Amino acid sequence: MDYSITPIAVSLTVNGQSQTVEAFPMERLLDVLREQLRLTGVKEGCGEGECGACTVVFNGEIVNSCLIPMAQVDGSEITTIEGVALADGQLNRVQQAFVEFGGAQCGICTPGMVLAAMNLLERNPHPSESEIRDGLAGNLCRCTGYMKIFEAVLHACESQKEDTLPQN
Amino acid sequence: MNDADKNLMGASAPRKEGRKKVTGAALYIDDISFPGMLYGVTVRSPLARGRVNNISFTGDLPWDEITKVTAEDIPGENYVALILNDQPYLAKDIVNHPEEPLLLLAHENEYLLEKARRSVRIEIEELPAVLNLEDSLNRKHVIWGSDNVFKSFLVNKGDVDQAWSRAAFVIEGTYETGAQEQLYIENNGVIAVANERDGVTVWGSMQCPYYVHKALVKLFNLPEEKVRVIQTETGGGFGGKEEYPSLIAGHAALLAWKSGRPVKVIYDRAEDMVATTKRHPSRTQHRTAVDANGKLLAMEIGFVIDGGAYCTLSPVVLSRGTIHAAGPYYSPNVRIRSSAVATNTPPQGAFRGFGAPQSIFALERHFDRVAKTIGLSPEEFRRRNFIRRGETTATNQVIQEEVDLSALLDRALNLSNYYEKRERFEKENSHSKIKKGVGFASFMHGAGFTGSGEVYLASVVGLEASADGLVRVLSASTEIGQGTNTIFCQIAAETLDLPYESIEITQPDTSVVPNSGPTVASRTCMIVGKLVESAALSLKQTLIGSGLLREGYSPAEFKQACADFHKRFGPLRATSKYQPPENVFWDDEKYQGDAYGAYAWAVYVAEVSVDMYTYEARVEDFVALQEVGKVINPVLAAGQIEGGVAQAIGFTLFENVVWQDGRMVNNQMTNYIIPTAADIPPIHVYFEENPYPFGPAGAKGIGELPMDGGAPAILNAIENATGISFTQVPLMPEMLMNGLGRSE
Repeated sequence: MDYSITPIAVSLTVNGQSQTVEAFPMERLLDVLREQLRLTGVKEGCGEGECGACTVVFNGEIVNSCLIPMAQVDGSEITTIEGVALADGQLNRVQQAFVEFGGAQCGICTPGMVLAAMNLLERNPHPSESEIRDGLAGNLCRCTGYMKIFEAVLHACESQKEDTLPQN
Repeated sequence: MNDADKNLMGASAPRKEGRKKVTGAALYIDDISFPGMLYGVTVRSPLARGRVNNISFTGDLPWDEITKVTAEDIPGENYVALILNDQPYLAKDIVNHPEEPLLLLAHENEYLLEKARRSVRIEIEELPAVLNLEDSLNRKHVIWGSDNVFKSFLVNKGDVDQAWSRAAFVIEGTYETGAQEQLYIENNGVIAVANERDGVTVWGSMQCPYYVHKALVKLFNLPEEKVRVIQTETGGGFGGKEEYPSLIAGHAALLAWKSGRPVKVIYDRAEDMVATTKRHPSRTQHRTAVDANGKLLAMEIGFVIDGGAYCTLSPVVLSRGTIHAAGPYYSPNVRIRSSAVATNTPPQGAFRGFGAPQSIFALERHFDRVAKTIGLSPEEFRRRNFIRRGETTATNQVIQEEVDLSALLDRALNLSNYYEKRERFEKENSHSKIKKGVGFASFMHGAGFTGSGEVYLASVVGLEASADGLVRVLSASTEIGQGTNTIFCQIAAETLDLPYESIEITQPDTSVVPNSGPTVASRTCMIVGKLVESAALSLKQTLIGSGLLREGYSPAEFKQACADFHKRFGPLRATSKYQPPENVFWDDEKYQGDAYGAYAWAVYVAEVSVDMYTYEARVEDFVALQEVGKVINPVLAAGQIEGGVAQAIGFTLFENVVWQDGRMVNNQMTNYIIPTAADIPPIHVYFEENPYPFGPAGAKGIGELPMDGGAPAILNAIENATGISFTQVPLMPEMLMNGLGRSE
C-alpha cells in the first residue's frame, strides 16, 4: 500500500520573503509554517479554529492558520509574529505594551494575541474598550483574565512611538 | 529598572522573559526537534472498566517498523510514583477508566502513526463501573481498595453534638461543584532520550521537574543521577501540569528506551481534555447551629470529592479542601468529615485552589442561606462571626496575624457600591426582564504546603555569582506564566543591591538546580522566594565576610569583588534551605494545629444580570479585594488575581464537563467553553498589605486565592437578582431556566 500523496508547489510571501514550498494540498498552513519554515512563534492550541493561538495575518486579514489548507495558500502574503518587530530588532509598540503592562503571562497565546491586537489597531487606530473586546474575542487567554491585555492595547494606541504595522 | 533598585520589591519590573514571549522566540516543547526523532502516541482504553483479553494489530500497516511498548517492556516499577503508587504507566490486565493508557506506539511518520493507533484492536470484557460520587460512597461496586475510599479526614474541635439543642437556629444545606478542565493553552508534551548507557533525559512542559524525576527513577529503576528532567517554556499549568507530566514523560521515555531514538509525545487538544486530570467534582453538606444573636455555635461539615480511578494527589486536595471548609470564621465547635472516593473516570488532579474552591463555594453559599434564615443581612452575619487575632480555626490554629476582616468587608462593599446597588436593583428588577443582583464571598487561602508539608519538602535554593558579577538563581521553581522568573530576580536584586538586569534565572534542570519543591500551593513567592532572599543575603555576607566588599557597595564594586573572590577562592555560591518558623505545631494524626504558616484574606463582590428571556447570567462587574502581605510586583500580582477571577467565572457559568460512561464527551474548545475577551467583566483588583515576617519582604502567597471566591459571590448575586438560591456550579442556562421556571 502506498501512503504517499503527491505534494504541490506553493509560492508564498512570508514576513516579506518570497518562497516556494512543497506541501500536500490539505496540509495545514500552521504545520508548513512551523515545520518547514521553522516559524515556531505560530502556536497550536486547539487545531479547530477556536483558540487563536495559530493566528497569522493572511492577505491582510487575521486567520487561524490551523484552518487553512495549503491548496488555498498559493500567491498569498503572510505575516507571523517573527515578522513584526521593528527593523532594528526593537519591539513594536504593541509588543512593548504587552511586556510593560502585563499582557503576556505564560506566553502561548501571546503571538496570536499581539497579531490580533496589531490588526485591530491597523483597522481602527483608536478603539473603545468594547471594540478591543470584540477585536480580541477570537483569541483565548487562560492566564490574564484579559484585563492586562486590554490595558496593553489601550496604551499601545496612546503610545507616541512611531512605528509602522505590517501592511499586506 | 536600572538604578532605583532600592525598592525593587514592590515595583512592577517588566516580565523577565517578556521579550521572548512577545516576539515568538520563546521555545515551548512542541517547538523543539531532535535529529532522528520519532513521534509517540498512546493507545487507550475504550471502556470505563474491564478485563483486557487481547490486543492485536490489524490493517495493512508496516507494524514491524512501529515501536510498541506494553506493560511487559517496563524496566522498573509500573506505577507513577507519587503518593499511593496505584496508577500504572500502562494498564496490563484490568482497565479502570476510559482512556487509560494500554499501549504506546512510535514512528517517524505522524500520519502513519495515527493510522496505526486507530488500527489497534483491543478486546475488553466489560466489568461493572462506578461513575459518580454517590455510587462510589454507596459502594454500588467496590472498584478501589476495600471501600472505594482513597483518604478520609476527621477534624474535630469542641463538641458539636452538645450544640444543637442550645441553638436558636439549625440550618442545613447541600452544595455541589462540577469538574473543571485546566485548559492551559499549551497542551501536555515531552521529548525523551533514553538508553542504558546514558540513562533517561526528558524535556517538557511541566510545573514540577523533581516530581517527574522521582517517577522516572522508579519507572526505570535507575540511580537518581541517571535521570535528568528539564523544564521547557511552559504555556500555562494551573495544576494541570503538576502531577500529569510524570505520566506522559514516562511514556515518551519508555518509547525512547525501546526504540533507541528521541521520542516526542505531544497531546492534541482532544486527547489532553479527554485523558488528563481535572478539578475534583465535590459535594458538601452543611449543618450549622447559630444562637439568638447570630453567633455560630457549631458547624458540621461533610465534604466528599470524586478522585477518579487512581489516587494521584487526591489526599492532599482533600486536605486543603477540608481545612478551608470552615472558612475565615470563629466557631467554638466544628466537625468536618471528608473523604476522597474512587470512580471509573480518568483520575482527577491538581487545579488552582486545590479543593478550597469547592469547599469555600459551599460555605459561602450556605452562609447566605443561614443569614437569610435568621433574618440578618449576609454582611452582618459574617461580621458577627469573622475570626480575629487570637481566636482559633477549625484545626485549633491560633491566628497570630493582625487581621480585620470586618474592615476588609466594609472596604470591598464600599468599593463595589454594594449597598447602593442592592437598593437600586431591588427597585429596577420589579419592572425589568433583566434582573440584576450583587453578592459577595469572604474567604481565606493558606499559602504553602499544608501542615508539616514544607518541613518534609525541605526545599533548597542556590545562588551563584560568576567572575564577571552576573548572579544566577538556581531553583526548581518553574515559570509557568505566573512570574517566578521576574519576582525571583526582583528579590535577589534588591537583597544584593544590584540592578534587576544583573540577575538571571537558570533553566530548571534537575542536573543543575537543587530541589526547591514543586511549583504549586501558592508557595513559590512566599516559601521559595524567601529562600532566594536568604541565599542572596548569604552570598552578600560571604563577599563582605571575606573582606572583598563593604556595605554600601556599587554594582561595579560588587563585580570587582566577584572577580577577586573567584581568583582567590574559586566558585562563589550560596544556598539556603527551608527552616520552619518557630513555634509552629502540626499533628498529622489528629489534624490539629497550624495548618498554614500564613493566610491571604479576601472579600470578592460580583454584580450579575440574569436575562429572564434567555436565562443567560452575566457577570457585569467584579471587585477583588485581598490582603496578601507585601506585593512584590503589582502588575504581575494583579494579573494573577484577574486571571484567577476569570477562571472562577468560567467555573461558575461557562465550563461544563459533560460525562458519558465515565468519559468527557465535550472534549473540544468548541463545546467546552472558557470565557473570551467579550465575556469577562471589568475586574477591579485592590490589595492591602500586611507584611508577613516569614515571606520575602513580607509577601504571602496569592496564586490560588482568586479561584476561591468567584463562584459563591456570583451565585449569591444571582440569588439577590432572582430570589432563587442555586446550590451548584457550573450553573448553565438550562439549570437557571429550570430553577427560575419552578419559581414562576
